[in-house]
Amino acid sequence: MLLLKEDKAAVEGSATWALSDRVGLAICWALGLLFCAIAVAIVAYLFVKGISYLDLSMLTTPASAGFSQAESGGFSDALLGTLIVAVLAISIALPTGVATAIWLVEYGRPAALARITESTIEAIAGIPSIVLALFGTVIFSSTALGFLSRSSEGVVFGRSFFAASAMLSLVALPLVVASTREGLNSIPRHVREASYAVGKTKAATVRRILLPSSRPQVATGAMLGLGRIIGDTAIIIVLLGATQNFAPVEDAPFPLDYLRGAGTTLTNFVYEASPTGNLNQPEKAYAAAFVLLLMVLALNGAVDVVHRRARKVGTWSS
Amino acid sequence: MNEEFPPEYGPKWSDQRVERMLGALVCAVVGLLLAMIVTVFVRAWPSFSHNGLAWFGPGGSVDEQLNAIFLSGQGGAEYIYTFHGWPLIWSTILITGGAVLIALFSALFVAVFIVEFAPEWMSNVLQPVVRFLASVPSVIYGLLGVLVLVPFIGNHLVSEEQKASVAGVISLSGYSLLAAIVVLTTMIAPLMVSIFTDGLRAVKPGWLEGSLALGVNRWRTTWKIGVRTARPAIVAGTVLASARAIGEAVMLAMISGSVGFAPNPADGLIFIFEPSRPLAPTIVKNIDQLSSPPANATLFAIAAVLLFSATLFSLTGYVARRSMRKYGTA
Repeated sequence: MLLLKEDKAAVEGSATWALSDRVGLAICWALGLLFCAIAVAIVAYLFVKGISYLDLSMLTTPASAGFSQAESGGFSDALLGTLIVAVLAISIALPTGVATAIWLVEYGRPAALARITESTIEAIAGIPSIVLALFGTVIFSSTALGFLSRSSEGVVFGRSFFAASAMLSLVALPLVVASTREGLNSIPRHVREASYAVGKTKAATVRRILLPSSRPQVATGAMLGLGRIIGDTAIIIVLLGATQNFAPVEDAPFPLDYLRGAGTTLTNFVYEASPTGNLNQPEKAYAAAFVLLLMVLALNGAVDVVHRRARKVGTWSS
Repeated sequence: MNEEFPPEYGPKWSDQRVERMLGALVCAVVGLLLAMIVTVFVRAWPSFSHNGLAWFGPGGSVDEQLNAIFLSGQGGAEYIYTFHGWPLIWSTILITGGAVLIALFSALFVAVFIVEFAPEWMSNVLQPVVRFLASVPSVIYGLLGVLVLVPFIGNHLVSEEQKASVAGVISLSGYSLLAAIVVLTTMIAPLMVSIFTDGLRAVKPGWLEGSLALGVNRWRTTWKIGVRTARPAIVAGTVLASARAIGEAVMLAMISGSVGFAPNPADGLIFIFEPSRPLAPTIVKNIDQLSSPPANATLFAIAAVLLFSATLFSLTGYVARRSMRKYGTA
């Protein structure tokens, strides 16, 4: 709908409309304001609760057993766990997603495989994360992949940062693919032809021309994916934690022992610390949820900045 | 390697090789999805084959059945698979259906508002708001639900007489269908809004101008021409949101009440205050039971039902969105 806003106001206001139409417009306003009110309420409530309960020492002390909320430490392990999971999962999802998008847009033959791939990506986007998590228990408890998690006497534990991140990367994958495809599709054909005309191969064109110019969309996809990764709880509950601390394995060198061990993330901590979880310490749940919300807000802000910068640079003339 | 040429011209990065490598990766992704579908259904098979269609039917208490299934896998005794999942399925239908209906109504109005009627400043506020609401992690919605909405419903909306009237059957503490539907609606409506606005923006201006030129006012033009033309986007947004809603596990595990109980609309309005537990949260709540073979099969059977319906929804959405292309711009 390309009517410019000022044109629309000049054409007609709602004063001449029938009553039912004006009621409809009122519903529009009411629901729009309701959406804003809900968002403001969520942010304001969590800020108030978060700031009053959050103690900076919580960010640096790990959780410990205790009878009252004052004794049970903080959630530093959860915070670190979220960061580890985010880095690991996005470093799987980003290359895979970008490569899939490049294949879909630039190669895409045979056409049947392209269509199957498109619907596969759509299907992965729709799969509930709890189902991904259950599938994860099957593959990561198999002896072939036992080296990725703790195992004792041939029984593979199947919970580790590796397992959780691998499954979480599937959550982010469709977002990365969709965003990268959008970027590649927005580059006009003549840009590719110009590159071929000076003797570049297709692979070189992708690497030197197409990927650099769709960098904003790739970044957007990665950040949207990150948001989903740090916000996911079901996969973490099933494939990572049953614990609120790092549980490194003994027989591995430094980073690997932690990555192969179980752990926790902020989402898992919030879940367990809520009244329905095992810890039931709502004040800390608020504090952790506040930290999580700050991360989400930061990612949203970053997406906005990338968008605005990309618009300033401008698009291809066609 | 010749120094003058960057490495991507060498045989290592020739077009054929790159195409084959990317193709192999894509095949691996497709293969992974197929492997997942096959695995889930193979694991689920014992539960389905023992129960037949009764798996989906009513009968007995689901929670007792789940417990018996779990215990039978612990000892050396014969495995029990008897499972009648109707309360869980009914709860899923009620919560998902209720949330999708309310979200569809409100998202449609908000999308029309953003695209057509909101003043510039208002749509500039609404768009980030919608994006933010869509990106809040479900566990935060769950936490706010359990600490704010559930006590509010339990203390203010449900009267003591209502609590007493069902005291022997179930306790009304605020963990309810109502809480679950309200929070789930807030989670999925933003998803719908963003897909609906894309669809409405793609409507050809000429079609709208034609209607306006005939003297139809802007409100009716938008609904009769704009919304109708964007119907594929509306279908797509609705089914994609349904797929998300049906798979929502953690938030619902926190606020739906976690009782294998089928709320009965015949009870009157009180049924929206009754607790229940949909399919997905059942998996989360019983995840410790995976080590017991029959419980494992039962949980995978629940996952199979979720996987089947979610995939059906998202493929419908995909087909609907493809059909948008015939309007040119989308």
